[in-house]
Amino acid sequence: MNLQEFQAKRIFGQFGIPVPQGEVATTPGEAAAIAARIGGPVVVKSQVLVGGRGKAGGIKLAKTPAEAETVAGRILGMSIKGLTVKKVLVDPAADIRKEIYLGFVLDRARRRVALMASSEGGVDIEEVAAHTPEKILTVAVDPCLGLKEYQARDLGLGIGLPKEQWGAFAKICQGLYECYMGCDASLAEINPLAVLGDGTLKALDGKMVIDDSALFRHPDLAAMRDEDDETPEERTARLNGLSYVKLDGEIGCMVNGAGLAMATMDIIKFYGGAPANFLDVGGGAKADKVAAALRIILSDPHVKAVLFNIFGGITRGDEVARGILTALKEVPTQVPMVVRLVGTNYQEGRAILAEAQMATAETLAEAAQMAVAAARGAK
Amino acid sequence: MSILVNKDTRLLVQGITGREGAFHTEQMIAYGTPVVAGVTPGKGGGWGVGNTPIFDSVHEAVSATGANVSIIYVPAKFAPDAILEAADAGLPLIICITEGIPALDMLKVRAYLDRTASRLIGPNCPGLITPGEAKVGIMPGHIHTRGRVGLVSRSGTLTYEVVYALTLRGIGQSTAVGIGGDPINGTSFVDVLMLFEKDPETEQVVMIGEIGGTDEEKAAEFIRTQMTKPVTAFIAGQTAPPGKRMGHAGAIISGGKGTAADKIAALQAANVRVARHPGEIAELVAERM
Repeated sequence: MNLQEFQAKRIFGQFGIPVPQGEVATTPGEAAAIAARIGGPVVVKSQVLVGGRGKAGGIKLAKTPAEAETVAGRILGMSIKGLTVKKVLVDPAADIRKEIYLGFVLDRARRRVALMASSEGGVDIEEVAAHTPEKILTVAVDPCLGLKEYQARDLGLGIGLPKEQWGAFAKICQGLYECYMGCDASLAEINPLAVLGDGTLKALDGKMVIDDSALFRHPDLAAMRDEDDETPEERTARLNGLSYVKLDGEIGCMVNGAGLAMATMDIIKFYGGAPANFLDVGGGAKADKVAAALRIILSDPHVKAVLFNIFGGITRGDEVARGILTALKEVPTQVPMVVRLVGTNYQEGRAILAEAQMATAETLAEAAQMAVAAARGAK
Repeated sequence: MSILVNKDTRLLVQGITGREGAFHTEQMIAYGTPVVAGVTPGKGGGWGVGNTPIFDSVHEAVSATGANVSIIYVPAKFAPDAILEAADAGLPLIICITEGIPALDMLKVRAYLDRTASRLIGPNCPGLITPGEAKVGIMPGHIHTRGRVGLVSRSGTLTYEVVYALTLRGIGQSTAVGIGGDPINGTSFVDVLMLFEKDPETEQVVMIGEIGGTDEEKAAEFIRTQMTKPVTAFIAGQTAPPGKRMGHAGAIISGGKGTAADKIAALQAANVRVARHPGEIAELVAERM
């Protein structure tokens, strides 16, 4: 789950990291009032869950409350990479002398939380990694010891901070580590961490991604979920215990198991089609879950055919077949369907579907070819 | 021979009284797996499915029954604790089926396990099976046949798909191991490949990977430098978009890393035959029989 900048920075503040004392506005008037309270120049920042907001014109300076109102009026409602801006963050403008990158990630290969720092802050860190990887320094944290002060100091030294700033820098690194672990984050990033005119450090921008699996123990974080974080279909899927990702093809797929679902997408592509989605109905899917999944797939107007691929283990073929028929009663459709059922109770399942005159396939390859042909025929 | 589990396995089930635990214990017993004990704290002294004695702790269960493998079906909230308890009781092999364990919990669990002699398989995995001897997991037993192909996979149902295709062609399996779809797990592709390389019964290996992480690349390096047995592979997620988690917590292309294309290239450079789609895997294996 992705947090908005203002949410991430508020959390950083709770872990002792210096952040600007800004506020969030949803109208130009509110933005003007916040700017007046702050007094002095402000920066008005669109709050959307995509990168490249500055380039898209979603971040603007304003010298007066009146100017803040004008730029907020322009930013609110604008579309950035398909997302409509509904909130802006109004922060006091900072006197930036230097921009640093600081971020914690889960390093899967090393099985450690890793802290990355770079003197090249304020730009996309992936760009830095691609062009000047030597400018990114990394330390791995022992989960039993936590981030030690010398590790943070080493990074400060490595990115060229003067020794007067090592203490403050190490404190921010350790605060961000506590934040990462305490919030079950998979990413916690300050970019930029600015060195200001008076020599102090401040986290001017923040990004956090929370591990979905850990949300059960963070109801406060779960409640922060932004509606832009997922499409309405992805939301419905999540609430129904389904795993769904929308893609831009025309063959809807419903599969049990994530690996098999990906493989089903791949084989559709192999036979010349394009998958409309990834959908894992999970193990032991009952009729109502199958029906919910089918409604989500059919809500995509680009879907020209639907392929069901169910390998029964815990999931029973007859249950799935009944679910398909239940869903079709609720959502009548002309979209052709191809069903491939194998494993537990597949004969019963196929018999149920044959009665309803649905196309069934023996192998996955056969099913994929039938679905691709059906989608073409429907054009 | 085979790897990890066989007829000498004495299986302990942690979470035997839960819905999943009870159901799958019944299935494992029906397959012929020697299930010797169950653990549910607070229910010790009782009896579980198949008249299996229940204990309050893993320690107790191990000393009373000589259990040597544990399988864990407890909910994600309690699973890290269950894994640590099994390791503390000295069990050499622990299989965790549970899906949805927070990644940072697994990070700490794995760091602890690295200091013990216990091997963890999973979490978020279907378990493993040595056909005809022991089914330690949730896979449908009947699709497997005993033979000489070893399988290792990050996926559940996709493995069943491949096993079933092999069985239909009359090609049996030595052991099929699901290592799970989480970003931090207990056993890697390399660990299992190493065991298959040493196992006299296994003649060739099928490896089923997916997007995310670099475990497949490490496996490719191992195969290139240290493996003599032929390997056939498939990587799921060739059409997956970047930045989106594809069901499994570990199946995500992030920062341009972990793509199917990179993994396929690494495997091909190690002389691994990579199937273009899952239907092709059994064909490639059959060509080498």
